[in-house]
Amino acid sequence: MANQLESPPKTVTLTGAQALVRSLELLGVEVAFGIPGGAILPLFDPLFDSSIRHILTRHEQGAAHAAEGYAQVTGRVGVCIATSGPGATNLVTGLADAYMDSVPMVAITGQVNSTAIGTDAFQEADIRGISFPITKHSFLVTDPARIAQAVAEAFHIAATGRPGPVLIDVAKDALASPVEFSWPPQIELPGYRPTVKPHFRQIREAAALIAAARRPVVLAGGGVVKADAAAALAKVVDLAQLPVVTTLMARGALPDSHPLNYGMPGMHGTVAAVGALQRADLLIAIGSRFDDRVTGKLSSFAPVAKVIHCDIDPAEIGKNRTADLPIVGDCRLMLEELVERLGDVDLPDWSQWRGYLDGLRQRYPTWAGDPDDTVIQPQEVIRRIGQLAGPDAIFVTGVGQHQMWSAHFVPLERPRRWLTSGGAGTMGYCVPAALGAKVGRPDQVVWGIDGDGCFQMTNQELVTCALNGIPIKIAVINNQSLGMVRQWQTLFYGQRYSATDLQTDRLPDFVKLAEALGCVGLRAERPDQVDQVIEQAMAVDDRPVVVEFIVSKDAMVWPMVAAGTSNDEIMIARDMAPEWEEDDL
Amino acid sequence: MSSIHTLSVLVEDKPGVLARIAGLFARRGFNIESLAVGPTEREGYSRITLVAVTESPEQVEQIVKQLNKLVEVIRITEMEKGAAVRRELILVKVKADPVSRGEIVQLTEMFRGHVIDVSADSLTIEATGGYGKLRALLELLEPYGVRELVQSGSVALGRGARAMTDRSKHDRSPKADRAK
Repeated sequence: MANQLESPPKTVTLTGAQALVRSLELLGVEVAFGIPGGAILPLFDPLFDSSIRHILTRHEQGAAHAAEGYAQVTGRVGVCIATSGPGATNLVTGLADAYMDSVPMVAITGQVNSTAIGTDAFQEADIRGISFPITKHSFLVTDPARIAQAVAEAFHIAATGRPGPVLIDVAKDALASPVEFSWPPQIELPGYRPTVKPHFRQIREAAALIAAARRPVVLAGGGVVKADAAAALAKVVDLAQLPVVTTLMARGALPDSHPLNYGMPGMHGTVAAVGALQRADLLIAIGSRFDDRVTGKLSSFAPVAKVIHCDIDPAEIGKNRTADLPIVGDCRLMLEELVERLGDVDLPDWSQWRGYLDGLRQRYPTWAGDPDDTVIQPQEVIRRIGQLAGPDAIFVTGVGQHQMWSAHFVPLERPRRWLTSGGAGTMGYCVPAALGAKVGRPDQVVWGIDGDGCFQMTNQELVTCALNGIPIKIAVINNQSLGMVRQWQTLFYGQRYSATDLQTDRLPDFVKLAEALGCVGLRAERPDQVDQVIEQAMAVDDRPVVVEFIVSKDAMVWPMVAAGTSNDEIMIARDMAPEWEEDDL
Repeated sequence: MSSIHTLSVLVEDKPGVLARIAGLFARRGFNIESLAVGPTEREGYSRITLVAVTESPEQVEQIVKQLNKLVEVIRITEMEKGAAVRRELILVKVKADPVSRGEIVQLTEMFRGHVIDVSADSLTIEATGGYGKLRALLELLEPYGVRELVQSGSVALGRGARAMTDRSKHDRSPKADRAK
C-alpha cells in the first residue's frame, strides 16, 4: 500500500501525533472510528483538523466492529482508535473477531508515557501483550521517529497476504514529542513475504485432478471474497460446470441464483451442500480453512475425497484436513490460471452427479418454518427483508439462529454484501458492523438482521448512527430468548432452559428504546404486518430504523448436524434424516 | 508416535519476540522441551534454538508454518540428526570430601569437563556435549550426591559451510523455501 504513494520525501518537523495523522492521511484513510481518552489525547488534537472523518462511537467494541464493517464492504483497511487501559481492552473482542475472519484492520491505541510503562500506571494495560494471540502483528512505539514507519508497516501487513488486524500501541510522550517527518518511510519487514503467486505446475496438476474426478465439488470459502475472486470463480464454474458450495464467509461469492450453487455447507448447511461434500471424490477448496463448523467430525468428513487446497496462508493447508494438492497463493490468481489450464484438459460430463445434487436440493429445501396465520415465522421475515431490499443491499447479522436463517433465506447475489461474525461468533457484531458498512457504502441500503440477545449488547451505537447521519436499518428478530442456546437445550439438555429466557416480552420495549436512541421504532406482531413494516422501514432514509418482529421462541434452525457428529448424521428437522438415494450416483 | 525436533529460528532482535513464540507454543498446544536464545554474527538478529516434542510429522509441520507467520521470524531450519552439531551446557554442584574429590575430578576429565569451583565439601563442574553424554556424566555423578544442577537449552548449527543468515539465500524469499 505504502509504496504506491508518490509524495516526494521531504522532512518537516511535527509532533508524533501530527506525524501519525499525516501518515494515515497519506495512506488514504478516509474514516476512523474511536473514542478518546487520556493517553491518546495528543492524537485527537491534530485529528480535529484532519481530512479524516472521525466517528465517535459509544463503546470501543463498537469502534472495532465498525472498522470491520467498513473493511468488509470496501476491501480497504478499517481503522479504530482507543485510549490506553480499558479503552484498549474494549477493542479486544473486535480484534479477535477480525483475526478469526481475516478482516484487514489497524487499531491505534494510546499507551501511558514510556517512562511509566511497567509501573502499573493509571489506565495502563499491556495491550500489545494482551493482543498477541488475536492480531496478525502488533507494534509498541515509544520513539516518535518510529511512528510513520510503524503505521506504514501496519497497513501493509493488515492488507496483504491473509488480511488481519494489526495493533499500534503508541506511548503518550511519543505522540507529544517533536519528530522529523518524511514520507514514505522505509518498510523493513524481512520476515514478512506472503506468497501471492500460486505455482503454475500445481495449477496444471489441479486441472488434471479435476479432469479425472467423477464427483468434484468446489468448496468456496471467505478467501474468495477477500481476494475479490468472485468473477474468477464464476468463470471456472461456468466453464467446467462444477458444483459449488459456499461457506458462511463466502455467501455471495457465487450468486445464490446460480444453478450450480448448492448453498452453505456445515452444521446448519443445506442437505445438498453437505451431501455434495460427503459424496465428493474431489474437493477443490478455495480460501476455506476446514473449520469444524463446516467439517463436523473431521475423521468422517468427505471420506472419499481427494483435496486440492488453495490458500494464501500456508499454515491453513494441512492444518485440519490433509491436502493431496496444496496450492499456496492468492485465490483470484489461482482461479484465473485454473480457467486457462482447464482449457488444456478434456473435462468429463458430470451431469449425473449434478442431477443427483439437484435431486437433493429439490427434495430437501431448507425448512422455512410452519405456515402460521397468527405467529410470525422468523425465516419468513428474513426472506421478505432479503426480497424487498434487493440484491444491492448489504446484509449484516448478529450471531445465532437469526444468523443461520439469514445465511439461508437472504438471497445473496454479489460479494461484499454479506457481513457476519463467522469464526469468532461475536454476539453484538451486527449494529456496529452495519454502522461501519453504511459509512463505507453510504449509497447502499444496509440491513442489520439481529437477535434480541445480540441487539442488547451493542445497540448504543444506534446513537452514533443517529447523530452522524448513518441511516441503517436493524431488524430485531425477537424470540424472547437466546435462541440458538435454547435450541441446544431443547435438543440436548432435556428442555431445561437454564439462563436462556431473556424475558424480552417484558423488557425492554424495543420501539421506545429505538426512539430514545434517535431511531424510528417499528413493530410487527402478526404475519400480515411483516411486509408493511419492512416497507415503512425502507421508506425512512434520514435516520436509523429499528423494526422489532415478535416471533415464536420455539422456531429452530434446520438442517442441523449435532456438534461432534458426522456430517452424515444431518437432520432436516427433529428426528428426520434425509434419504440419500445413492443409487442415483 | 512422539518425536523430538530441533528447530533453529532466526528472528529480528526486537522486544516481545520471545513472548510471541512462547505464546504461540502455549496456545496451540505444542510442547517446548528446551529453549536457547542469543545474538548471532549479524547485528539485529537473534537465533532461537527450540527443541520440541511433537505427536506427529503433521504437528511439526504445523509448528513451523505457524512460527513462519510471525512477522519477526526470518527463517526456520530444522536441525536434522547427522546434518547438524548440537551442544548443551551443564553446571553441576556435587558433594565432595577429601576422599571422593579425586574420583570426581577424574570422572570430569574423562568427560572433558572442568572443575570451576571448589569448596571444602563440594565441587562445581562444567561440562558440554550432546544429550547422551551429559546424561551419562550425571548418572556417574549421582552416587556422590548432586546438590544443584542447571542446564542450558540445546544449541545447534548445521554442518558444512552454509550459514542460516546467508544473504544470498535470505534474499531469495526464504519463507517460500520453508513453506512446503
